[in-house]
Amino acid sequence: MIGFQHYLLLAALLFGIGLLGIVFKRNAVALLMSVELILNAVNINLVAINKYVLGGSGLGQLFALFVIVVAAAEVAVGLALIINIYRLKKSSDVDDFNILKW
Amino acid sequence: MADILNYIWLIPVLPFLAFAAAGTVFIGKPATAAAVSIFAIAISFIISIITAVLVFTSAPGFIYESSLRWLDMPGLRVEMGLLIDPLSALMLLVVTTVALLVQIYSLGYMRDDPGFARYFAYQSVFAGSMLGLVLANNFGQIYVFWELVGLCSYLLIGFWYHKDSAKNAAIKAFITNRIGDFGFLLGILLLLITFGTLSFSQLPNQIGQYSNAAMLLVIGLLLFLGPMGKSAQFPLHVWLPDAMEGPTPVSALIHAATMVAAGVYLIARAFFIFSESAQVMSVIAYVGGFTALFAATIAITQNDIKRILAFSTLSQLGYMVMAMGIGAMTAGMFHLTTHAFFKALLFLGAGSVIHALHDEQDIWKMGNLSGKMPVTTVTFIIGALALAGIPPLAGFWSKDEILSGAFAGSHTILYLLGVFVAFLTAFYMFRLIFVAFFGSNHGGLHAHESPAPMTIPLIILSVFAIGAGLVNTGLTDFAFSRYITVSGLEHHEPVSAVMIISSLVAAAGIFLAWLIYQKQIISAEAIKTKFIPIYNLLQNKYYIDEIYAWAGKNLVLGSSRLFEWLDLKVVNGIVDGLAGFARWSGSKLRLLQNGQIQTYTVYIYVGLIVLLLAAICMSVNAWLI
Repeated sequence: MIGFQHYLLLAALLFGIGLLGIVFKRNAVALLMSVELILNAVNINLVAINKYVLGGSGLGQLFALFVIVVAAAEVAVGLALIINIYRLKKSSDVDDFNILKW
Repeated sequence: MADILNYIWLIPVLPFLAFAAAGTVFIGKPATAAAVSIFAIAISFIISIITAVLVFTSAPGFIYESSLRWLDMPGLRVEMGLLIDPLSALMLLVVTTVALLVQIYSLGYMRDDPGFARYFAYQSVFAGSMLGLVLANNFGQIYVFWELVGLCSYLLIGFWYHKDSAKNAAIKAFITNRIGDFGFLLGILLLLITFGTLSFSQLPNQIGQYSNAAMLLVIGLLLFLGPMGKSAQFPLHVWLPDAMEGPTPVSALIHAATMVAAGVYLIARAFFIFSESAQVMSVIAYVGGFTALFAATIAITQNDIKRILAFSTLSQLGYMVMAMGIGAMTAGMFHLTTHAFFKALLFLGAGSVIHALHDEQDIWKMGNLSGKMPVTTVTFIIGALALAGIPPLAGFWSKDEILSGAFAGSHTILYLLGVFVAFLTAFYMFRLIFVAFFGSNHGGLHAHESPAPMTIPLIILSVFAIGAGLVNTGLTDFAFSRYITVSGLEHHEPVSAVMIISSLVAAAGIFLAWLIYQKQIISAEAIKTKFIPIYNLLQNKYYIDEIYAWAGKNLVLGSSRLFEWLDLKVVNGIVDGLAGFARWSGSKLRLLQNGQIQTYTVYIYVGLIVLLLAAICMSVNAWLI
């Protein structure tokens, strides 16, 4: 029987994969994808908490929808930035985007 | 008559005004500058005479004091004031008389000097400072003017600043005096801390009630350092012979008659402090006695006319200081007074000779001047006789007063020393006279008598050199001793044995000089070769300058090197080490801040995990308990 703990475990795994991706990846597109993983882990938590803690009030789903909308916007802006930087630097490696560093 | 007391402030102020005028607007008009300067000192002289007449016709305890608050803050009160008593009235007379005569004399002596106006400006500021010092009613004021006369001395020694020797002599005088003045300042500050006042009228009462003998000893010794520097007592005497690089009238006024006597005047003025401590008094007496002997022995072998007189001045200052030390304050001041007149006379006479011989100062290149320069010769001999202590000239009475004091106070060593110095004094003065004014040399062949502005002061001063001693004889009922005295000081009646011995000794000195240098019965060369080590020692002034140079080079430079090392390695090392540590730790810590967002993310989540684990451990702990 799949219960609350299994949802939380899946969310924690997804969050961990996303976090490791953020820490170790150098490709800007991969970084955006890792951020998506973390946001999806949060969405799973929200939906699971809605069912098991709040008793199906729908509030969790509402927040999950908000997160999806914000994530779509974020990816749109993020990809636009990356494409522009790629045109400038001919690279999608974040280590090359160091023009603001000392 | 008493109204004059309202105008006493003019005595020091007028020369200062003359300085301001001569030093600024009249600097390009030498004749006007000199006239202003002489006019100012003449007015001061007249006021001083009227004041002195008032003081010395009143009862002996006459005191007039007026004072302005100059600086007033908690714990420190400094006043500027005027103090007229017999002591300061006497000094006013001496200073204004000699200063006036020297300035008149300078009209002739400095006539062709390009710095004529500047010279008179300096003379005026010196006169003003010296008179301010004499009139001071507290130690704070005396210190200010003490430094001012020291400055004037520096300026006038270095008057011909294009000469290296004059420049160096001026610096030497300034630095040597600085050592003494530093001790003097410490003494004054200690007085202020201990007694809370610097006033000459309040201190005697306070000191009378004070019982800490060690403190009085320290204060006395520190204060005595001032007179040691200013009056050129051993071992701070080295500047005075070199000070002869200045113009000769300056040597007469500052380095013979007035400024160098300021030290003796200070001892007399602060006698109530020094006399509280027997140890201080014996230090003063023996420093003075030693200086008197030390300088007199050097004077025998010198060949420069001004240097002989300079060492003679040192020796006579030693006499005065010794007199103070044995408690004969009256005798010391008496000798100061007579010495001021006859030593100024001798210096001005020497200046007259130097002027006539176009700046020749070596006595062996003079000779046979007596025919060409009668006035100078006669007045110089009068001065020398007075200095040698031949009765009835001024020096006889005052020197005798000191010797009587030593004799009556049973200071046998100092008495014998004083007699021996009297012999040496007579000897070296007449060595000078026989060599320079008579003798078989013909250096004076083209000499000519000096002009009237130079000879008239010589004549006036020689009158003083003859007569000034009479103020403390039976003729005036010992007026000097009645007026210039301190409470508890008894006056010794002159002892006729002492008088006879000192006269005989002086005569013997003159006779010996006559035998050696005039008749040449005893060969000076033979004596010199026989005692060549002693001669060299004396000729080189006991190598004191060389010892100081050696000490300066080795001790000062050596310790400087040590301090340089300490500064560079220890002090600088600590500071550099701190900076280095900061730089090193910064270079390591900055690795944390590498600008990688991802690294920061790791920090954040590692921190979060640590916090979570800690929270879990704590809740598990709480559950177990």
